[in-house]
Parts: sequence; structure tokens; C-alpha cells
Amino acid sequence: MHVPDGFLDASTSLATAGVAAAGVAVAMRGARRELDERTAPMAGLVAAFVFAAQMLNFPVGAGTSGHLLGGALAAVLVGPWTGVLCVSVVLIVQALLFADGGITAIGTNVTLLSLVAVAAGWLVFRGVQRLLPSSTASVPPAAAVGAFVSVPVTAAAFTGLYAVGGTAPIPLDGLLTAMLGWHSLIGLGEAAITGLTVASITAVRPDLVFGARPALAKRRLETRTPAAAGSAR
Amino acid sequence: MKTRRVLLAVAAAALLLAGVVSWFAASGPDGLERVAKDHGMATNEHPLADWPLADYAVEAVDNGMLSGGLAGVAGVLVVLGLTAGLVSVVRRKTPETSANTQTAGHADTPRNAGATGDSGTGKDAKTRGS
Repeated sequence: MHVPDGFLDASTSLATAGVAAAGVAVAMRGARRELDERTAPMAGLVAAFVFAAQMLNFPVGAGTSGHLLGGALAAVLVGPWTGVLCVSVVLIVQALLFADGGITAIGTNVTLLSLVAVAAGWLVFRGVQRLLPSSTASVPPAAAVGAFVSVPVTAAAFTGLYAVGGTAPIPLDGLLTAMLGWHSLIGLGEAAITGLTVASITAVRPDLVFGARPALAKRRLETRTPAAAGSAR
Repeated sequence: MKTRRVLLAVAAAALLLAGVVSWFAASGPDGLERVAKDHGMATNEHPLADWPLADYAVEAVDNGMLSGGLAGVAGVLVVLGLTAGLVSVVRRKTPETSANTQTAGHADTPRNAGATGDSGTGKDAKTRGS
């Protein structure tokens, strides 16, 4: 969903650049609380993995493809603030080094694919995690649902931006339907990749998965208080 | 599984995906490009379209698979380096960790001695409330 130059008018591009800059600044502060000896080494690798996975377009039908966004994946692995930083680095490198995503559109892409996608993915992940039993086994499915939702939400956000500053006069209901349609399909791929990746790491080292921390904390609590009615044993 | 092994596995996966598997990726337009084409949204040419790695291909290399693979690997390394650098800058600004950090700038080297593979015991990660 990398937006090229020319889709949005200058004032909207500028506005999203401001939002992006503010968002990344806030994320840097938030990341200070998330980054520790576990998440810090993972952060660079998560960003590298997201970059690599974004190169792997998969077909979604009728000659159209999709690729991972990675916002939910990054958030679940290293935390939402650090996740924003990871995806933002990926997007900037893509735009500057690989001409993938416009230059004037960098702010737009960071706003959409980093801020919106990470926020949506993380919030849905946490919501689903709270509904499921509190164990590390719930982390991958919750991550998959968060990932699935994050893609059409981001597509809707793009449509919203286009409504504000799109350069071509396009009927917005048709645009929204088309964007949501394709990106719900792409969301399935996102869910699969995210779920599998999170499952692999959670299976061997759940302590390296930021999103697993509530489950691990509860597990430690139950270990220390044998009288407590534990469900996750 | 030791921490270092997990980190290496993720790194290897990234390099393999970008360097080799990317060759087999679908080539059709992605969802947004498809919508743009169907609805007549015009694109400006990318100002950096002439740069050596534009479009995930190394200009100088003729072999398509090698060209794409090299570009992918280059991207993985650049992203890894920049993110690790950003992380170390962010961590250096944190009062609690700057006291503990012995070597600045090496936040990407796993130094935790608790790399025993144990998940719940050993070094207690502070519970991160959400």
C-alpha cells in the first residue's frame, strides 16, 4: 500500500508529514519504556524481517497481489512504540533507496503504514488477547487477528486521506469498496504470516515476544502462589 | 533456545527471504496500484527512479535473480543497521539504561546472561502493563 508521489495534494502530504514526524517523536519516547535487553536486539531484526517480507508479494486474485505490512507483527514482537520505529525505518529506506513509495509521500506512508497499521494491529491484538485465556498460546492467534484487521483499517485510512486531498476526482464510495475489498484479502495473508512468525518465536522463546509479557507475568504469579487457582498450568 | 540462536534465525530468515525467495514473489500490481489503475489515479514518476537500487534491482547486474537478491540483501542490512542505530540512540537517552550501558552503541548485541532458554524464570522482565 505504498503511496506514490502525486496521489495526494501538497497540503495533505505536508500535513501527513507533520503527523508522521510527531508520531515518530512520540514513538521514540514510548520506545524508551519498551526497549530492554530483550527487545533491543530484536528491534533491528524485526525491522529487517518486515523489510524482507514486504518484498514477497503474494497473489490475491485477478492478477493483483498483496504484501505484508508488518505493523501488527512488529508491535507484537517488540512493542507498539518500537514497532512504529521499525516500520518507519523500513518505509524510509524503501522510499529513498529503492524508489518504493514516493518521496513527498513519505509522511503519508509513515502515517498510514506505520502509525495507523501499528495502532490498529496492536489495539486489536490486545483486545483479543484479553478475551482469550491468559496464556502464551493465545498470543499467535491474537496477533493474527490484529494483523488481519490492521490491513483494511489502513486501507480505509488511506481512503480518508484521499477524500481530503486526493488529486483525482474519484467517487469515494467506489474507492472505499475497492480498497476494502482487496485489502481484506491481503489481510488474510497478513494474518497468516504474522500468526506463523509470532507462533514460531513464542514456541521457543516467549520472553522475546513483547506481546507475551502479560501471559508470562501471570504464569510467574501462579508459580509463586500455588494456592491461586491457576488455569494455565 | 539460546537468545543468540533466535536472533540469528530471524536474521537468516530475513536474508533468505529478501535474497532468494523474493525472486519468486508475485509480480502483479498490489492492491493500491490495482485500485489506482482501475480508478484512474495518476502517479508522478519517482524522483529517485534512476538510483542504482531502484525497484529492488541492482542496475549493474544483468542476471535478474542475482540483481534482485543483492538488492534485497542490501536492504536488509541497511534496515538492520539503521534500526539498531536508532535503538541505541533511544536507549542512550534513557536515564536508567545509560547508567548500565557499558558500551554505547552496541544495543544490538545480546548481553543478557539469562540466555538459558528459560522463559518464565531467571531474569525477570519487568511486567509491561499495556
